[in-house]
Amino acid sequence: MENIFTGIAAYIKGLLAGAPPWVQTLGMGLMYLVGVLAFIFLNAIYLIYLERKVSAYMQQRLGPNRLGPHGLLQPVADAVKLLGKEDIIPRGADKWIFIIAPVIIFIPAVMVYAIIPFGKGMIPVDLNIGVFYFLAVASTTTIAILMGGWGANNKYALLGSMRSVAQMVSYEIPLTFSLLGVIMLAGSLQTSQIVAAQEKVWYILLQPVAFLIYFIAATAEVNRAPFDLVEGEQEIIAGPYTEYTGMRYALFYLSEYANLVSVSALAVTLFLGGWHGPWLPSWLWFLIKVYIMIFIFMWVRWTFPRIRIDHLLSFNWKVLLPLSLANILVTGVGIKIYQLLTLGRW
Amino acid sequence: MNGLIEELQRLFPGIQGEEGGDMPALVVPADQLLAVMKELKERHDFNFLADLTAVDFRDEKRIEMVYHLLAVPEARELRVKVNLNRQHPEVSSLTAIWPAADVQEREVYDLMGVIFQGHPNLKRILCPDDFTGHPLRKDFQLNAEEGRE
Amino acid sequence: MAVAREDLLTQEIELNMGPQHPSTHGVYRALLTLDGEKVVKVENIIGYLHRGIEKLAEDRTYTQVIPYTDRLDYLAGMLNNLGYVQTVEKLMDIEVPERAEYLRIIMAELSRIASHMIMVASMALDVSGWTAWFPPFRERERILDLFEMTCGSRLTVSYMRIGGVAADIPPGFLPALEAFLDDLPQMIAEMNGLITGNEIFKARCQGVGKIDLETALAYGITGPNLRACGLPFDLRKARPYGIYDRFEFDIPTLNNGDSYDRFVIRLLEMEQSARIIRQAMAGLPGGPVMAKVPRVIKPPKGEVYHQIEGAKGILGFYLVSDGGNKPYRLHIHSPSFVNLGALPRIAEGGNIQDFVVNIASIDIVLGEVDR
Repeated sequence: MENIFTGIAAYIKGLLAGAPPWVQTLGMGLMYLVGVLAFIFLNAIYLIYLERKVSAYMQQRLGPNRLGPHGLLQPVADAVKLLGKEDIIPRGADKWIFIIAPVIIFIPAVMVYAIIPFGKGMIPVDLNIGVFYFLAVASTTTIAILMGGWGANNKYALLGSMRSVAQMVSYEIPLTFSLLGVIMLAGSLQTSQIVAAQEKVWYILLQPVAFLIYFIAATAEVNRAPFDLVEGEQEIIAGPYTEYTGMRYALFYLSEYANLVSVSALAVTLFLGGWHGPWLPSWLWFLIKVYIMIFIFMWVRWTFPRIRIDHLLSFNWKVLLPLSLANILVTGVGIKIYQLLTLGRW
Repeated sequence: MNGLIEELQRLFPGIQGEEGGDMPALVVPADQLLAVMKELKERHDFNFLADLTAVDFRDEKRIEMVYHLLAVPEARELRVKVNLNRQHPEVSSLTAIWPAADVQEREVYDLMGVIFQGHPNLKRILCPDDFTGHPLRKDFQLNAEEGRE
Repeated sequence: MAVAREDLLTQEIELNMGPQHPSTHGVYRALLTLDGEKVVKVENIIGYLHRGIEKLAEDRTYTQVIPYTDRLDYLAGMLNNLGYVQTVEKLMDIEVPERAEYLRIIMAELSRIASHMIMVASMALDVSGWTAWFPPFRERERILDLFEMTCGSRLTVSYMRIGGVAADIPPGFLPALEAFLDDLPQMIAEMNGLITGNEIFKARCQGVGKIDLETALAYGITGPNLRACGLPFDLRKARPYGIYDRFEFDIPTLNNGDSYDRFVIRLLEMEQSARIIRQAMAGLPGGPVMAKVPRVIKPPKGEVYHQIEGAKGILGFYLVSDGGNKPYRLHIHSPSFVNLGALPRIAEGGNIQDFVVNIASIDIVLGEVDR
């Protein structure tokens, strides 16, 4: 069980052994891409199902239960329905920007998966600046949302995309700072090394404040309640997605769930010991932890009302940012004291 | 209550009291309405405009404005009526005394065609802007059959 | 700086909120002038649901008007019924049998609870507290079931008649009502735990849409919205109609006059309504539920204005009779219409998110606004 995925990878690599080096690289790259895409699609589709079920049970309902056993085929029906919908492009919209925005938003959502260690030895690209890469790529999502909102030429969409820029740009800062503590402890930006460093102690124990900041900022980054102002449907219908229909609309939501999985995966990698765990295969441990994170995200979403935009921003600048800076300071001092105690030198 | 009517009649000779209804009532000449209402609000505690409407008496060729006042919190009621010419119904607006009159006067204008002088924003409220006629007038034709012919 | 100041100024935009919008609670349109997200000016545009009930009533017999009143505030049909039939009874001097009076009280207060449940549920939903939508709706379902048991209809009940009520309660009604009243406190506790005490909810609602008592009176605001400003003014106490003078209950008041208080006061009023219902159940006498009234209702020539404490505020009916079998003129003073008229005053200066909270907190029903 443990080696099922690494085995497949080794087998394909074996098949390509005789080919020229560039074919090998390309082939392996394609294989990782297909793997990641399959992972994203399967997760995203069943996360929608999970979200509906979780919310239903929190609200004394049953949720989808007609299609297939326990409604398990509901996401399939949803996907088919969305594919069959008419693709409407408003006459007043800025056509090309409107069309490519959902595609562009999907690209960073897929790209960030490159540095996620899904299990022991299961990392698509082991970049030595992994965490930095993740943050840099993830932040480009804002551009796509702004494009969608601006291109739709709709006032609600415009308001939503403006909110998204204000929100995502400001929450990126505490998000980044909260990760710095972990990076200082591990002494590396490489995700595989960070996971390796957590073999004995998970960083959530050493960096509880950072984890909390990361959790809050990540909720804001992926636009989930109580920070879902970007698509706050009670106020601005669906924000930047108001004018989208059918598959384009679905792409936005797909990327949103892809982002939810990726921030949960990063949280697991950086704070929850990655794929470490007893008895079960490493990749299963990773999945379990990711789903626990996702469940907490959902729990929060279906419990809290939406925060107001000015409170959101002042909370960020006045609470989260100073707190994350203080956390870095305390971590730095702590590391030095630890070194002094154990090694007897600075 | 009779004391109130007499007191008002001393100040405004044109006022008439009405007997026998469910609550004390005054009939006020249109040109004195604003002054009477001010007096009622400031001196007699009728601080709340409970309702404002109009009735079309086509046969008597008049439109009657009906105001219901309430003294909050003791809940005394008072009815004030103003008779208007059915051809050119015009009366001063009460929006300066009670902002509550704003929407209600617009409604009466819309449905009954009464012009309120001094109203800040006298336009139709329930019917569309391009609507013709005033539906609550008794001579308004209900045109349900129009499309059938 | 080479940039001219004019280039840095932002432009105001106009935003049509509605008539199709998730938070307008019906077909209502607000024309907002926005400076960024700040609401500078609000204009109400209503009339999308105008059915001309006042005009229709002039062409119907007195009894035939009753079903129209259900469709005013369709969330509290019983209360509208009550207001209308009492108006006609006042004009005709009809004495209603005791049992009918008690049944009317029970139904009216149930209706009030149901209406307040919708308000707290939808206000919670409007700040995106999705889960809080369900407890009130779960319990409201039981009220509607009780209505259905009695008159066969859930929303448009048409239960009251001139001179009494349409039908006596069936066996099984009182135990079901008792069970509902026993469970009500739990629902209120659930709401308090989930929403009322929530920090985000408080931050969203406290101080939002504040209105002081004097302004509220000048704008004609009544009902729970007025009582949230600190004035214990309730027609059930101040000018009891029907048999309300026989019951013991309090008028809850709060002092801030903001959206939060308007929300909380509904929860408090539910408890008081439950108290009234319990007393009415205990005192429910036997006997007929309809008075002897003529088959054709022909009130004497005259006029009458009758007001009751509706779920949203003071609901008034002004009836002019020419002695015939149809009303000469029926005017309905609906609380939502007047309360909505005060919305521009309440909402200006907040941002869009506050505006949504404000609409929810004044609790409008468009059926009643547009009539």
